[in-house]
Amino acid sequence: MKSRIHHLILGGLVTMALTAVVAYYASSPQWRDMPEDTALLRLSFTHSGDRSATCRDRTAEELAKLPPNMRAKQICDRRRPPIYVELAVDGKTIYTVEQPPSGLAGSGPSRIYERLLLPIGNHSVTVRMRDNPATDGFDFVETRQIDLKAEQSFVIDFRTASGFTFH
Amino acid sequence: MNALRAAFRRGFDRFERVFDPLFGPDWNPLGNLGQLGWYLFWIVTLTGVYLFIFFDTGVTDAYASLQWISGDLWWHAGLTRSLHRYASDLLIVVMLIHILREWVYDRYRGHRWFSWVTGVPILWFVYMSGITGYWLVWDKLAQYVATTTTEFLDALPFFAEPIARNFLTPEMLSSRFFTLMVFLHIAIPLLMLLMMWIHLQRITQAQTRPPRGLSILTLVALVVVSYVYPAQSQAPADLATVPAVIGLDWIILGLYPLLNILPAGVIWTSVLAITILMFGIPWLPPRKENPAAVVDLDNCNGCTRCVADCPYTAITMVARTDDAPFRREALVDPDRCVSCGICMGACPSSMPFRSDENLITGIDLPHRSLNDLRTEVNAIGALPKDGSGGRVLTFACEHGSGNQPAEGRISVACIGQIPPSMLDYVLSRDIADGIALAGCSERDCQHRLGVEITKARIARERDPYLRKRVPRERLLTVWAGPSERGKLPGRIAEFSDKLKAMGPFEKKSKKGHKLPLPTTDAPGETVKPNQEVGE
Repeated sequence: MKSRIHHLILGGLVTMALTAVVAYYASSPQWRDMPEDTALLRLSFTHSGDRSATCRDRTAEELAKLPPNMRAKQICDRRRPPIYVELAVDGKTIYTVEQPPSGLAGSGPSRIYERLLLPIGNHSVTVRMRDNPATDGFDFVETRQIDLKAEQSFVIDFRTASGFTFH
Repeated sequence: MNALRAAFRRGFDRFERVFDPLFGPDWNPLGNLGQLGWYLFWIVTLTGVYLFIFFDTGVTDAYASLQWISGDLWWHAGLTRSLHRYASDLLIVVMLIHILREWVYDRYRGHRWFSWVTGVPILWFVYMSGITGYWLVWDKLAQYVATTTTEFLDALPFFAEPIARNFLTPEMLSSRFFTLMVFLHIAIPLLMLLMMWIHLQRITQAQTRPPRGLSILTLVALVVVSYVYPAQSQAPADLATVPAVIGLDWIILGLYPLLNILPAGVIWTSVLAITILMFGIPWLPPRKENPAAVVDLDNCNGCTRCVADCPYTAITMVARTDDAPFRREALVDPDRCVSCGICMGACPSSMPFRSDENLITGIDLPHRSLNDLRTEVNAIGALPKDGSGGRVLTFACEHGSGNQPAEGRISVACIGQIPPSMLDYVLSRDIADGIALAGCSERDCQHRLGVEITKARIARERDPYLRKRVPRERLLTVWAGPSERGKLPGRIAEFSDKLKAMGPFEKKSKKGHKLPLPTTDAPGETVKPNQEVGE
């Protein structure tokens, strides 16, 4: 009995010390995930490459072979073309990518998700995208002056109808 | 590799011994890691259920409800929250040491592969449960966890739209995501519980509760620390900013910083490689097992003692296949038998007094049979007697402090391999004046139950009982690990001196009259196979 009291006291102190160490490391020490005086710019969107360049009209014979409810006039490749994206900050291109379509058959949209750390302050940001390989230049271009604060999360998104949006 | 493991083992054993005087060997937390894991799991589960009463899911509701829990309700729900968090962290610490310890003690290979392999998914389930739990708080840490985890998952080519897009702006975040997280935070631990149950399927008498004293100490420590240093939320999540400085839970999320430092492909490849390695470790290299125990039907009466004592569910009782007048017989599954020999020690036919020249028992180890043991015992008995009355014969487990050859020492696979009648035999035949049983350390037996079963047999609490006529004072039990090798000779010498002081052993008849000692080592009394042992 005496030794059990001894174990309860000493074992209890050791258990408490170990639990306190575990509790400390459950929230400390702090971790800095990004440098000071920087902001995070994320360029993220999904967009399907324009496959119209691969489309052609079906001939009358081809249409006649199809059931009446499936007689679409045009036939296109299932696979979509890649999209090409550029991001320039203060006139300097810092990110370029030719993003292939997603999916096993390449029929899904191209996905863009890029994290870029920028110093705080004023910047001129230009984002450009070409979604049809048959065209020259860019199909979508947007330039914006932004004032980044420390630890700010700045997002560039895209909607086909409205183009690039800045959040 | 074996030399490295042996060095680790001695180191681990030495480290564990530090806790023996503090807790007592039976309460030593390092000898109860599996049980502690279960205990902490249940604390986390019960506190989680209680927290769910007060917790709200939703973009703003989640954080607000946890502030309420840790604020107004600090003395019960706040305490529960802290217990939930710290018990989860403690569970991970316990689990990691448990994994390392099983590797060090070489209890993951050969026929023990099953427990190891079924433990690997539990490792990942524990982490997944912790990660989804932190997500629910929806503070800065939760935001960091959410974005980092989803960006990491998006590196896999499975998702049509990046999941991380859910956390781009405040407008994009949906409360439905929290509902999904709550579901995952409940479903994953349920799957884990299933795996934990499977994890124990190939061991018998699995202990899922730590000793009561250790349970109380752990719970009291958790409660005290929870009140003194309560778990708190960090600043609320704000998707318009980046959580740049976070109070990280280094135990659950300690590898998260790597996710933003190393390319996702490197991390995924590492995770896959580590998982494959963990699954494959039992075969890298495979252990060459000793041959499994074999049943001799002529000596098996279907008593089931071997089934009751086998630590690894390797023996079952099946319908009799011979003409013997017994209903059942023991059947050994060679894929589960680790050749510990505890079954041999349990068999009532394991009687060295039998006059058979080639002693065969009901269940025996081919590589270390009862006949071999008796032969070795008799060989020691054939040595010249010094007349001092201090001769000690030692049966030493090959995993304990007596794992090296020495004069008068007989090595066994497990101390539970020694049938109690062998002790009677040694003294009755005047082979020694006393017997030392050197097993594994008391806190932890290499074959799980060897020490416990041996103690119970000697104390006449478990079949087969040690006969009353064997004087307890002529038995020395030494429960010590391999790091205490140096102490064993001293303990035996001390015991030898005590024996000398007692004088020579005089065998007594059932009525207590002294009987003359046999003068030769020739087999004396004959005990028929299947004869009941004990008094």
